[in-house]
Amino acid sequence: MISETYSLLVNGNSYQVVDGHPSESLLWVLRERLELSGSKNACEEGECGSCTVLVDGEIVCSCLVLAASAVGREITTIEGLGSEDEISDVQKAFVDAGAVQCGFCTPGLLVAIDQLLNTDPDPDDLTVREAISGNLCRCTGYGRILEAVRIASKNRKAQNQEEQGK
Amino acid sequence: MSPLQTVDTATKGPRIGESAIRPDGVPKVKGEFVFSNDLRHPDMIWGGTLRSPHPSARIVSINTTPALKMTGVYAVLTSEDLDGMPLYGLEHPDQPVLADGVVRFQGEPVAIVAADHPDNVRLALEAIDVEYELIEPLSDSKLAQENEAIHPDGNLFREININYGNSQEEGEITVEGTYEVGMQDQAPLGTESGMAVPSEDGGIDLFVSTQWLHADRDQVAACLNLPPEKVRLTLAGVGGAFGAREDISLHIHLCLLAMRTGKPIKMSYSRTESFHGHVHRHPAQMWYRHHAKSDGTLIRIEARLLLDGGAYASTSSAVLANATCFAAGPYRVPNVEIYGAVVRTNNPPCGAMRGFGCVQVCFAHEAQMDKLAVELGMDPVELRVKNALEPGDQIITGQTITGTAPVAEVIETCAQHSSSVGPASQQMELPGGAGRTADPKHIVRGEAIAVGFKNLMFSEGFDDFSTASCQLLDGVATITSACAEVGQGFVTLAQQIVREILGVEEVILAPASTASVGSAGSTSASRQTWMSGGAVKSACDAVRIKLLSRIAESHDLDVESLVIVDGGIASLSSEFSISLKEATSDLVEAEEVYRHVPTFPLDENGQGNAHVSFVFSAHRAVVDVDQELGLVKVVELITSQDVGRVLNPLQLQGQLEGGAAQGLGLAVMEEINVVDGRILNPSFTDYLLPTALDMPPVEIAALIEQPEPNAPFGAKGVGEPPAISSTAAIASAVRNATGLDLHRVPIRPTDIVFPERNDND
Repeated sequence: MISETYSLLVNGNSYQVVDGHPSESLLWVLRERLELSGSKNACEEGECGSCTVLVDGEIVCSCLVLAASAVGREITTIEGLGSEDEISDVQKAFVDAGAVQCGFCTPGLLVAIDQLLNTDPDPDDLTVREAISGNLCRCTGYGRILEAVRIASKNRKAQNQEEQGK
Repeated sequence: MSPLQTVDTATKGPRIGESAIRPDGVPKVKGEFVFSNDLRHPDMIWGGTLRSPHPSARIVSINTTPALKMTGVYAVLTSEDLDGMPLYGLEHPDQPVLADGVVRFQGEPVAIVAADHPDNVRLALEAIDVEYELIEPLSDSKLAQENEAIHPDGNLFREININYGNSQEEGEITVEGTYEVGMQDQAPLGTESGMAVPSEDGGIDLFVSTQWLHADRDQVAACLNLPPEKVRLTLAGVGGAFGAREDISLHIHLCLLAMRTGKPIKMSYSRTESFHGHVHRHPAQMWYRHHAKSDGTLIRIEARLLLDGGAYASTSSAVLANATCFAAGPYRVPNVEIYGAVVRTNNPPCGAMRGFGCVQVCFAHEAQMDKLAVELGMDPVELRVKNALEPGDQIITGQTITGTAPVAEVIETCAQHSSSVGPASQQMELPGGAGRTADPKHIVRGEAIAVGFKNLMFSEGFDDFSTASCQLLDGVATITSACAEVGQGFVTLAQQIVREILGVEEVILAPASTASVGSAGSTSASRQTWMSGGAVKSACDAVRIKLLSRIAESHDLDVESLVIVDGGIASLSSEFSISLKEATSDLVEAEEVYRHVPTFPLDENGQGNAHVSFVFSAHRAVVDVDQELGLVKVVELITSQDVGRVLNPLQLQGQLEGGAAQGLGLAVMEEINVVDGRILNPSFTDYLLPTALDMPPVEIAALIEQPEPNAPFGAKGVGEPPAISSTAAIASAVRNATGLDLHRVPIRPTDIVFPERNDND
């Protein structure tokens, strides 16, 4: 087999991928080689969104991206949300709103919603539904997930107003 | 005050009745929670399964030699390598661990491989040469009973006759119908996965996602020819279940490969393999005739039910019992003749899925009630309320409802709740969404209500129990239970129960494992809140009594005067008080086994006290239908549910919304298409799950809180009802919108556009 060594920039850290096979997906490399197993594999054909990560700020299904094609690009995974000590506002809203049941879809949804709120801080219901329609959840029926987005969006808006008022 | 009474204990942690937050919520949102397919071990190798591409064939030969010679391959096993029990099964062992000379469904495991890397596993699987001699598959369940047996146990898993009342009276009004339910997949997002690690004592440790550790353990041990204590199963993070994990999947295979290679081994199914690798919801064909007086009083129901069990037994027997016992719906019916059968075919095996037999018949009996209402010229809500079961009534098995039965309440509250949706205002909200071309002028709106009911816990005399232990040390409680947390939130509830009874703040939940505690039974049948909740409560009650007795003795106090309050123990008759931390510097512990009241088998007429308790729900659906394109958009779901008592409002809401989504899926989207025994759509590209754009808001009209006698805290299980009456309500709303006699779910676009074609099915 052809193998290569290359590096990937994930959540601001540089990782060496040693003896990587060029056919390996970004999801596989994240999970199995870099041991960043927060990104999940529920279909591995781009239908479920469990493996959602950002590549240069764009949402992708990491199961459909070749890891080697992400060299030199900024990759953000669920492990990159929040800080070491504190979960992010969207993560906290998920926990508080009951948006987590089995939790398998959760990391992919959080990456997608974080990106949505970063680009559109005050999305309407339909916009949120459209934005997460590529992320399947089998447990929740989406009700508490949508509620979590409303909470996070409201909190961000309040925080922005407070900062502008200062 | 007796120590047995629960006292008002002021603690910081949320107790029973509050929206406590999941203890595993933070690890799950951080991506740190370890699911079964996140497991790894430094010496780990990988396993894979060779499956039959044919639904029915004789195996002429298997040549594993080329695969064994390949790079990185450690082992290739076939049925010849088994030295334990060659068959397994949850109710009845009839399914080969590895096919022995014959395959009976597409996807049946034929050989298993262990290799150093998943790529080498795949290459080795491809290198195994199996010669098959094809047999015409038995794919039509209607022909199963007359067909030559396709298994030594025959083609009939079970048949049940329910004969209740003795009148053959014809009703003034009769309505008749034939109904069909397609095969639904549980589709938990986490596929089957796990890791087996051989241990030094010659036994094995298996870390796996499952619904029932001890039932798995016993089957695995028998197939490995090991004593059960040498097979230790520990629950690994479970990515949803919904019935799909009640049966064995890769458990035995993993252990066989680990034992053979002496190495830790991991296996994880692909989505396609998962579709072939677990049981599904039984497809059903149902004929009904309802008889009523002209005032709407039901006087007789006749029905014939046929469930397709697929190739192996799984839980088919219990599913049929539910389908027949609940076939008449939550109504008073004085005379009933029902025949039900579940048969073996060369289709994919079917077993447990949320709602378990009640989903299929609910769709049919509610369609019948609608038909009857039309014939009578009566309001469908009024008809249902008129016939609604009440406490003290008998169901059709002759069992008297001794607990609560707020049937009229769920119907009326659901029917009266005002709708909050207006007409669709954007293309995206129309049937078909943005990608389709629905024309608002072609859209018709419909609305309908449906009611369902189901048993809680296991029935028919099964010895159903749960075990839990509680250890209280230095003010910290540790609960040990083998209850499988699959996402439903038992971990949250267990903590709430402990806080409620012991007044402690910190509650540790030990890993669920067969090595540390007895069985908790299955996470299914809406039973864990009652059963394992009951076991945790019993263990905490026992610890509480022991603790208070010990304090009373050591401080020369009257135990009756002691209460747990404010994180401490106080005397009501003196100044005495002590913190819980101090009072438990020596360990206090108890283990309890909780059992529900005994149940009994059904007799030859399907009569008997076979069930523990009943739960009821109603759904009202509002749908928009594009009749030209056959597209359906469910715009609103309203529900009322009989819950006994609300223990955690937030988690309850999650169950109601999530179950309704699965019901919506069955109504208009989800079907495993099986043709000649082959699954045509084993992927998320072709098997469609509801997305956030498909799922409407779920309005909770009412949670009927009538505490159930004998239930811990008065609470009924809540998981299954949302998946039962939702499908029926949506289908009925589509009938209401279109005026079509839609007698099959899922409703397909062609059923709406070419209704005449389906009448000829």
